[in-house]
Amino acid sequence: MLKGVSAEINKGELVCILGPSGCGKTTLLRIIAGLETADQGKVIIDGKDCTMLPPAKRNFGIVFQSYALFPNMTVEQNVLFGLSQQKDLNKAQQRAKALQVLALVDLLEHKNKYPAQLSGGQQQRTALARAIALSPGYLLLDEPLSALDAKVRARLRLEIRKIQRELGITTIMVTHDQDEALTMADRIIVMNNAVIEQVGAPRTIYENPVSTFVANFIGTMNFYKNYAGTFGVRPENIELTKNHLPGNFWTGKVSSLEFKGAMIRVYSKLHDNLEICVDLPAEKAATLELKENDTVYLKAADRHLLQYADVQEAV
Amino acid sequence: MKLNYNKMLRITNPSQFILMSVLTSAFLAGMVFPLFSLFIKAFQDSGGSFVGLSNYVNYFSQPALFYSILNTLNVSLTTSVVSTILGFAYAYALKRTNIKFKGFFRYAALFPIFVPTVVHGIGLILLFGRQGILTQLGLEIELYGRIGIILAGIIYTFPQAFLMFYVTLHYADGRLYEAADSMGCNALTKFLRITVPEVKYTLVYSLFVCFTLAFTDFGAPKVVGGGYNVLATDLFKQVAGQFNFNMGAVVSTILLFPAILTFVADRILIAKNYSEISAKAVELKVNKNSLRDGLFFAVCFLVVAFFLIFIGALVVNAFMRFFPFERCFTLEHFRFGRAFGGMQSFVNSISMSLLTAVFGTIFVFIYTYLIEKGKGMNPLKKLGRLLSVTPIALPGMVIGLSFIFFFNSSSNPLNFIYGTVIILVLANIVYFYAVPYATASGALKKLDKEFESIAESMRIPSWKILSKVSAPLSLPAILEIFMYYFVNAMVTVSAVVFLYSADFKVASIAITHMAGAGNFAQASAMGLLILIVNLIIRSMYELYLYGIKKQADKKGADLPDD
Amino acid sequence: MKRTILLYVLSALLLIGSLGGLAGCGQRQAAADPTKGEITVYTALEDELVTEYLAAFNQKYPDIKVNIVRESTGVITARLLAEKGNPQADLVWGLAASSLMVLDNQEMLQPYAPVGVERILPKFRSAKPVPTWVGITAWETAFVVNTVEAQRLGLPEITSYQDLLKPEFKGHIVMPNPVSSGTGFLTVTGLLQLKGKDTEKGWEYLDQLHENISHYVHSGSKPARMAAAGETVVGISFGYAGIRQKRLGAPVKIIFPEEGSGWDMEANALMKKNEIKPAAKTFLDWAISDEAMNLYKANYPIISTGKGGSYEGFTFNPVDQLIDNDLSWAAENRDNILSKWMQRYDAKTAPR
Repeated sequence: MLKGVSAEINKGELVCILGPSGCGKTTLLRIIAGLETADQGKVIIDGKDCTMLPPAKRNFGIVFQSYALFPNMTVEQNVLFGLSQQKDLNKAQQRAKALQVLALVDLLEHKNKYPAQLSGGQQQRTALARAIALSPGYLLLDEPLSALDAKVRARLRLEIRKIQRELGITTIMVTHDQDEALTMADRIIVMNNAVIEQVGAPRTIYENPVSTFVANFIGTMNFYKNYAGTFGVRPENIELTKNHLPGNFWTGKVSSLEFKGAMIRVYSKLHDNLEICVDLPAEKAATLELKENDTVYLKAADRHLLQYADVQEAV
Repeated sequence: MKLNYNKMLRITNPSQFILMSVLTSAFLAGMVFPLFSLFIKAFQDSGGSFVGLSNYVNYFSQPALFYSILNTLNVSLTTSVVSTILGFAYAYALKRTNIKFKGFFRYAALFPIFVPTVVHGIGLILLFGRQGILTQLGLEIELYGRIGIILAGIIYTFPQAFLMFYVTLHYADGRLYEAADSMGCNALTKFLRITVPEVKYTLVYSLFVCFTLAFTDFGAPKVVGGGYNVLATDLFKQVAGQFNFNMGAVVSTILLFPAILTFVADRILIAKNYSEISAKAVELKVNKNSLRDGLFFAVCFLVVAFFLIFIGALVVNAFMRFFPFERCFTLEHFRFGRAFGGMQSFVNSISMSLLTAVFGTIFVFIYTYLIEKGKGMNPLKKLGRLLSVTPIALPGMVIGLSFIFFFNSSSNPLNFIYGTVIILVLANIVYFYAVPYATASGALKKLDKEFESIAESMRIPSWKILSKVSAPLSLPAILEIFMYYFVNAMVTVSAVVFLYSADFKVASIAITHMAGAGNFAQASAMGLLILIVNLIIRSMYELYLYGIKKQADKKGADLPDD
Repeated sequence: MKRTILLYVLSALLLIGSLGGLAGCGQRQAAADPTKGEITVYTALEDELVTEYLAAFNQKYPDIKVNIVRESTGVITARLLAEKGNPQADLVWGLAASSLMVLDNQEMLQPYAPVGVERILPKFRSAKPVPTWVGITAWETAFVVNTVEAQRLGLPEITSYQDLLKPEFKGHIVMPNPVSSGTGFLTVTGLLQLKGKDTEKGWEYLDQLHENISHYVHSGSKPARMAAAGETVVGISFGYAGIRQKRLGAPVKIIFPEEGSGWDMEANALMKKNEIKPAAKTFLDWAISDEAMNLYKANYPIISTGKGGSYEGFTFNPVDQLIDNDLSWAAENRDNILSKWMQRYDAKTAPR
């Protein structure tokens, strides 16, 4: 059940619908595709009301999480299956088109393999090739990368983005992975509990999350309360020293250190058991020689402080 | 508030909606309307005027009925419990132990469904009757009556129970056991904590199905029931003894009760069961345990030995002049008389079974496809599911009678099918519908649910995705349905006994006549012929599956890494 | 490619199936010529007898195609009744008179006097001026005894109903259930009439007999074949059922109780329907001809013209074996007798 969802998507951009599982993002995608019908509201594509149009008349290509490749057909046959319905193309033209998209996704050498003979990444690219073979007006991706392991996923993000730019095709992608959304999207639609929390460019959303949910879901945010209200601050925007700092500052005790490769996340306990985390570049952390139970001083510039109406538990 | 019917029905695909409506109407005409024309008689007197529940009052006031209901419950419960335990043990032996000859045991378990139930009766008499082989060896049981019905019921329902457990255990996740092993659980804990929860839905479902089958079975009580009255023989006595169709209709409605229970169980259990089967389940590596293996081998061996003696008895009976009194070899029992329909009845059976299998399979698959994969149409889908599982509870005799009342009416435009092979095929398709539906539904649920969405986005019509993707991928299930229909149509008696026409007799009826005329030898001979045909069909199916498996192994070989 | 082959195989199977299925249908037009055409006959005569008799009929009338539906008396009667709205049978041949009376009461029979009907004894045909049914043969209660088993168990000879009450026979007698079997019904009604139909004596005898009965079965011929197979020692059945087992080679003896036998007859009738085929009348005429009667009496010595044949070992005219049977009394009291029987014996057939 979606509630008052409204968003506009511009031509040629890649928009990510981001949210935790069960937030309604897939339902929204399926409504856009026409695979499900909305009880209320409208889907407008190119200025036309498409709410009651069947999917076949909406001119989109879609890639599902499961890929839904036809296991009894080779890669090429999978791509050709849709093309064979295009009456204005003859057999040779259909074949040429299929080979063209397979070349685009770099699968030409595997075209005679069956899906079961392909790796996860190759299957994903086959699904993508099949979706764009009909030169659809827009492309819908439903968690297209979630079944893959981290390395392949990272590579395919770039690849999908590249192909999308090359074709200039309007793309809507559903994902629960904030990194994916931040790296790939022109704009992000953040959803929670069947409502849209925020729409905006990745940077805007990261830097100016409008709600505590968005702040927590995308990246990490420290929250604290004082007489003036609830404030949030990103871990990388807090200064940490072992010496007293000028002006307002907090005093805390290091409760744990988390090694994250290029940076170290320092958790410190303040008064009232409030825990604040700070991200330090690894090099700086090393010079500070931080240990558990060290006393540290924390400070955040005013411009990094975001004020919120409420505090929500971290996701 | 304004209702938008178009939205309610979610007719987003008109052609699917039309097809769904047509098939649903066909189902209504082929099952619901005929049943209605019979059941209405339960509320009428012999003159056809409405009498409310007075037939029921009348019926329940007879003490004989009380015994019949108790007897029926008695034998059905016993049968379902024994069959379920035996079916589970047998399936467990094949899936969770290291016994030898698993392949052989698997096929041998299916033997009873390849011959008419009348033949089960004959086999039991040959084994346990007063002159029976086992009786002569000193194993005396009082065959005629309760024990006979239960034994025949077990033979009849065991393969069904076995198949259900076999499938469940086959898809169960072996990793659970590995996890339990790593936690140091002992065998009993593993059995109670993993195996039992794993099969509990199948267990309940098997109990329900075996109960329903035994509850409505007529073949066993008629041949070995003696004077032990059950509801199915009551129905027979009302219809073919008293010629009281109104009371017959009353009994028919009572016979439907377990069906309703089964339907409820089906809806509750199957939905849950499917969600429990993990698509990525790993087959269990069975560890060594010779005591366990020995025990389960004994179970399988006893069951199969029993079936083999059974077939042996049939063979002996078919080729001996007059077993057991005159034991010389003869082929004369294979010369079937003209009134039995001669050899033509055997040929007819094959034609009828082929027609049933072809049309039944096509109908089941397309209708189930629409139910599982159709767009929207939720009310029609619900109705379709209900219609599809109802036949499991319909005794063949009920179908036969209701078909007469409905199709033989001269005002029915479908009257022309009466007295032709078409009505036999229709009766078979309806009578055996529930299992093929479950098979088709299971197979379609395993397919990626997004195939249809993909097809829609690519503007591929749904019939094309059905014919090019869903059907080829479900081919093993389709062939299984085909085989199931064929085999059952070959052996059915009760569905067609009221319907076969003068110029189209079938072998299963001929067997009943032969047995009825005391000609057990000819009956055994015909039973053997049916058994052979069914075995051939089954082997073709297995060979095909073997071919598919080899091909799949080839296709899935050498998985590359990214 | 593979799929195409499969498609061909399927279509081929379908074609074979339809050909096989439709082959028997043939044409169904009515011929004005009474020696030509196709008729559908419902019968309860034993299968192999049907085969034998039909061969004779077709020798004489090769152009009449006779389609037979043969079922037990109960099933065929139920089928006829169920098809009442649109009868499929053109005529009924060799069905129990008690069943034909039921059909007659529902006005399903077309009065017809076959050629030669005057030769049929009055008690063997319906009392109507133009008879609705005409008897051909009678069948009667007989005991079928397995001699091998009887000897093994050291059982005494039986000659009468009274002998069946001997304690040695306890658990060795099988009898048809009168509710589902015509033979059972005629045996019970015969006994009730023998003992005095308005007294309780018949029921008292049945009570005692019940003590010795192993179980009741749903078919009249089944006790005979159970005796033949040694499944019981004594089967209360009918004469021909025993004779057939004997011919098949079974070690059985057929005994007619000296008190006399209850009986019923097999009769023919024309079905009332829109189109009555001349060939159906031809068949009915033939079915009571001398030629047919001679065939019948080889198996059922009691034929409706009274000039019967003989059973093996029968020293007297078999017609004398028949009690003075009041068929209409039996038909009228059918419901009472059966419900009384069910109350006494059927309800008690719980676990033995």
